[in-house]
Amino acid sequence: MQRELMLEAEKIGKYFYDPIKFRVLNDISFKVYRGEFVTLVGKSGSGKSTLLYILSTMDTDYEGKLNIHGQVTTGQKQNTLAALRNEKIGFVFQFHYLLPEFSCLKNVMIPALRLGKYSRQEIEARAYQKLTLLGLQDQALKPASKLSGGQQQRVAIARALINDPLIIMGDEPTGNLDSKNSQIVFDTFKQLAHEYNQTIIAVTHDNDFAERSDRTIEMQDGVIVSTAKEFGK
Amino acid sequence: MRYRHNINSEISMTYIVTKKKLTLVAALGVTIGIAIYIFMNSMMVGFDKKSSELVFRSTAHIRVYKDEAMSLPLLPAKGNNVPVIINPSVVPESDKIVDPEKIITLLRQQPDVTLVTPQVTASVFYNNGKSQISGSSYGVRIAEADKMFNIAATVVEGSIQDLKNTPNGILLGVGVAAKMSVRPGDNISITSSRNVTKVMKVVGLFQSNNSQIDKTKSYINISAAQQLLQEGPDYVSDINISVVNPENAPDYSATFSDLTGYKAEDWKAANATLVAAANMRRIMITVIALSILLVAGFGIYNILNMTISQKINDIAILKAMGFRGRDVVRIFVQQAMIIGMIGILIGVLLAALLVFQLSRTYVGGDIGYFPIRFEWSVFFRGLVFGLIVTLGAGYIPARKAANVDPVSIFRR
Repeated sequence: MQRELMLEAEKIGKYFYDPIKFRVLNDISFKVYRGEFVTLVGKSGSGKSTLLYILSTMDTDYEGKLNIHGQVTTGQKQNTLAALRNEKIGFVFQFHYLLPEFSCLKNVMIPALRLGKYSRQEIEARAYQKLTLLGLQDQALKPASKLSGGQQQRVAIARALINDPLIIMGDEPTGNLDSKNSQIVFDTFKQLAHEYNQTIIAVTHDNDFAERSDRTIEMQDGVIVSTAKEFGK
Repeated sequence: MRYRHNINSEISMTYIVTKKKLTLVAALGVTIGIAIYIFMNSMMVGFDKKSSELVFRSTAHIRVYKDEAMSLPLLPAKGNNVPVIINPSVVPESDKIVDPEKIITLLRQQPDVTLVTPQVTASVFYNNGKSQISGSSYGVRIAEADKMFNIAATVVEGSIQDLKNTPNGILLGVGVAAKMSVRPGDNISITSSRNVTKVMKVVGLFQSNNSQIDKTKSYINISAAQQLLQEGPDYVSDINISVVNPENAPDYSATFSDLTGYKAEDWKAANATLVAAANMRRIMITVIALSILLVAGFGIYNILNMTISQKINDIAILKAMGFRGRDVVRIFVQQAMIIGMIGILIGVLLAALLVFQLSRTYVGGDIGYFPIRFEWSVFFRGLVFGLIVTLGAGYIPARKAANVDPVSIFRR
């Protein structure tokens, strides 16, 4: 089957300079296709989060080449990368990072308002739709800071989805949640990947979470140990 | 097609509304800064205006007179010559201006000249019975001199019209009148340096801001002064000139010197100490007012810096979601500008109130009402400086916020 290539990393390397020069990533190469739910696993300090931030285009200080949906992002200007992130990448973090003064609905709407693809009414309707998808339609008008941790994380996912991104990236998206909420987040990701054909790349140290994803890339000391660890399949 | 949603200002407005107290405190800082700035500058304008008003009561914008010439060596040192020298001294020449009417006509034709009037200054003794005091009598064309020096405003008894109608009339300083114990209607005899004595009729008294002047000065008709000095009707010792803008008087004095062949002295040269004092006052007030404005700027800077460190997570997530550096700058600069604008608006109103109140406060003496003036340019300047300070105080922290590296925040 011919699958659409979403992200391609070619020989990515990175150094940390503080306290001493130290190579954290070493010739990382792999590909991610559309509709895949990929998890990045590895011990603390293996470089998995560092890699994710390079893939997210937020960290530009690296060697090698990164290609997102046919577009080379290496060496692009910050403003170009910001526009690319706005349109094509959604983020979910361990700490929910909602803007606490805004309502849930507004939080979800912000990336779309930045993009400006739809009118305000359309954006609002779409934001409701995303919140409904995550079962939060009743909380839409509450301030983000009034919600529980699990609810906030789901609002963050709705926000990541608002611009229909090509890729959703998660940094320990369940790291701060109890098992019930972790399950909800996992199911949502799975649903997004399989029903909506979204691509998901998530860093996790939760083995249970990783095992149930489509594919796991395992890292150790800055190198990839395996790119296609498929649990139980 | 693309929609332009003003999400940046929506975010900055939310930050302002959720932090009402901080916003108000920062705005209040600007308010006080702007109010003091405008107030002090209005006061400076008032002081300047008042002090030049006082100066121009006795000094013309430009005075043309014959300067005393100094004698030169008889034989200057040249080559092997033995120089013959004498002690330099004032050449005993008359201080008479030759053909004054022609010069007056010439000066009247100059651009920006509003008024030209001749004057004869005579050193005199005032005598009444046994008492005798020295002073100076100014022979003037009273109507013209009044236009120039606003003499009428200082007259406390009688009027300048009486002087015009009485050829041997004299307008006395109140100090002279008190010492001589004369009142309008009485006679007083004056003796000039040429030993001419004339009996004059007191037609009025004037009181200036300076008691020394009041004790020595008097105005008489120019013909009477000429008689006192045993000179003909073409004798004039000074020609006084008014120009449109007295601030520019020094520019004209050199031209008039060349034009007339006599010394032309502007009021700034004649009152160098006063001008220096005014300059000092101007520098002092400007420095103080600007520092206060700057302190207000630091208030905004501080509060914005605080907001930014509190909102560092928001900034990181906004940048991750695709907000560019200049979007972040806009969010915080806009916040600073709104705070600044609130502050400036209240500040301008407060300053207007202060100026209005003070301009109606009577301080007495020769000053009368507190010398403060409404000047649109001062209010405008306050507004512009306020905006500049606010912009600077907002831009510096906003720039810092725009350079936040989101990865370093997420990895904490």
